[in-house]
Amino acid sequence: MQYMLLIYGDEKDWFNLPKEELGKGYQAYMDYTKELEASGCLRGGSELSPVTSATTVRVRNGKPLLTDGPFAETKEQLGGYYIIDVPDLDQAMAWAAKCPGAWHGSIEVRPIVENPGA
Amino acid sequence: MQQQLLSAIHRREGPRILAGLVRRFRDLEAAEDALQEAYARALNTWPRDGTPQSPAAWLTTVASRILLDRLRLAGRELVIDPADLASLAEGGGLQQRMDEAQSAEGFGDDLLCLIFMCCHPSLAPSAQMALSLRCLCRLSTQEIARAFIETEATSAQKLVRARRKIREAHIPFGMPEGPELPERISTVLGVIYLLFNEGFSATSHTRLGRPDLVHEALHLARTLRELLPGEPEVLGLHALLLLHAARLPAREDAEGGLIPLAEQDRTLWLKANIREGKAVLSKAMESRRAGPYQIQAAIAALHAEAPTADATDWAQILALYGALLRHVDTPVIRLNRAIARCMAGDLEGAHREVEGLAATGMLEHYQPLAAARADLAQRRGESSLAASHYRRAIELAGNDGERRFLQRRLKELTRN
Repeated sequence: MQYMLLIYGDEKDWFNLPKEELGKGYQAYMDYTKELEASGCLRGGSELSPVTSATTVRVRNGKPLLTDGPFAETKEQLGGYYIIDVPDLDQAMAWAAKCPGAWHGSIEVRPIVENPGA
Repeated sequence: MQQQLLSAIHRREGPRILAGLVRRFRDLEAAEDALQEAYARALNTWPRDGTPQSPAAWLTTVASRILLDRLRLAGRELVIDPADLASLAEGGGLQQRMDEAQSAEGFGDDLLCLIFMCCHPSLAPSAQMALSLRCLCRLSTQEIARAFIETEATSAQKLVRARRKIREAHIPFGMPEGPELPERISTVLGVIYLLFNEGFSATSHTRLGRPDLVHEALHLARTLRELLPGEPEVLGLHALLLLHAARLPAREDAEGGLIPLAEQDRTLWLKANIREGKAVLSKAMESRRAGPYQIQAAIAALHAEAPTADATDWAQILALYGALLRHVDTPVIRLNRAIARCMAGDLEGAHREVEGLAATGMLEHYQPLAAARADLAQRRGESSLAASHYRRAIELAGNDGERRFLQRRLKELTRN
C-alpha cells in the first residue's frame, strides 16, 4: 500500500535559519532518507524548490491562466515529499512522525490510489 | 419472539460477531452489510426452521457466506484461509474454527481489535464516537442521530466518511504494537469518556428519548476492562464512570434544574455503583501505575465516601488535583483545583488562582469559570461583582438544567 508523505512547513522559517542550523536540518533529512532506504519502503521523494519558483497553470474555457507562485497562499507550503510502501496506515503514520518535517511543520499522509478509475 | 431474541443477540454478541468477520475479511463496511443481511434472513427462517442451537455461530456462518459471494463478485482478492473456505462449502460453521484460530495464534481479542479500529487516532473524535456507537453498541443511525442531537443525514454521512477513510487509508485491524499500545489505549479511553460526558451533561429533559449514552459508555468501559484487565487506566476509567453515574439520581430537581454536588441528597446515590467503583479503583491502584483516570476516580471516590458535603476530605482532594496536574495540565483542571483549594479553606489562594486563570482568557466561554468567580466573589462579600459573574455564567449555560441552577443562585444572591 503506497502513501505519499507531503511535507508542509513555513519556508521563511527554514530558509532564514543560520547556516549551521540549516546544515543540521538537511543532515536530519539525509539520515531519515537513509533509514527509509534501509527499510526497503522508500519508493521516491524529493525536496521541492521554494514556492517563489512555482507557476500555477489553469485552463478555463480553453484559455491558459498563469499565476506566478503556488496554487494558493498558505501559511505552510509544500516543501517536499516521500513515497513509501507499507502495509497499513499505522506504519505510514509512524514514518511520518519520524520525518524531520513533522517536528516544526506538518506531514500530510495521503494514500495513493491503487487502481485509478476502479 | 424471534425479533426479541434477535435484538438481544444483536446487542450482546453483534460486536463480537462483527469483529470476527472484519478479521477474516478485512472490510468493515462489507462485514456490516453482510451481518445486517444475516439478521434479515434469520428473521425469515428461524420462525420456520426453529432457533439454531448457537445463534451467534449461525449468524457468523451466514454472514461469512454472503461476504465471500460479494467479495468474489467484486473481483476482490480474498484474504481467507482455504481451510475456512472448505469448511464453509461443506456446510460447516466458521465459529469453532475462528475460536480455535484465535486462541491458537494468540491474535488478541477480535473485539478489542475492532475497538482499536473504531477509535483509530487518524479519525476525528466525532467519527470515533459515531463508529463506536454503531459497531460496538449496535445503535442504529437514527439512534446515533438522536444521541448527538443532529439530523440522521449528518450521522449517516459521518459513518460513511469514517468507513471510507478506514478503507482508503488502510486503517489496520489488529493489536497495536508494543510501544504504541499505551497511546492507543489512551485514545480509546478518551472516546469512551467523551461519550459518557455527552450523556452525563444532558439533563433528563434533554435526555428524554435519547439513547442512554451514559449506559452505552459504561458498557464500553466494562467491556474494555474485561478485555484489558491488567491495564490500570482502563480500570481507572471504569471506576470513574461508575462513581460519576452513581450520582445521576440525585442531580436534578423537579423542574429539571441541576443540583450541585454539595446540595445533592446523598441517600439517592447508587450504592452498588459506588461499591463497584471503589473496588475497581483499588484493583487499579495495586499496579502502582498512577494515571489521570485513576486520580480522577480517586477524587470521585472521596466525594462518594463523604456522608455529607461538609464531611468531604477537601485537603486530600486538593492534593489529588495537584497529582492530576502533573499528568494532564489543562485550564479546566486548574480551575477545579482552585475550587478544591477554596473548599479546603484557602479562599484567598483560590481567588488568586481563579482570577489568574480568567486573565489568560483561555476559559472565556466556559460557564463553570464564571460560576466559580461568582461563588468566590460571593464568599468574599462582593455581591454586585458576584451578580455580574452569575449573569455571565447564565449567558454561557449550555443547557436548561445549568441555566435554572445559576438563575436560582443569582436570585438568592440579590435577595440577601
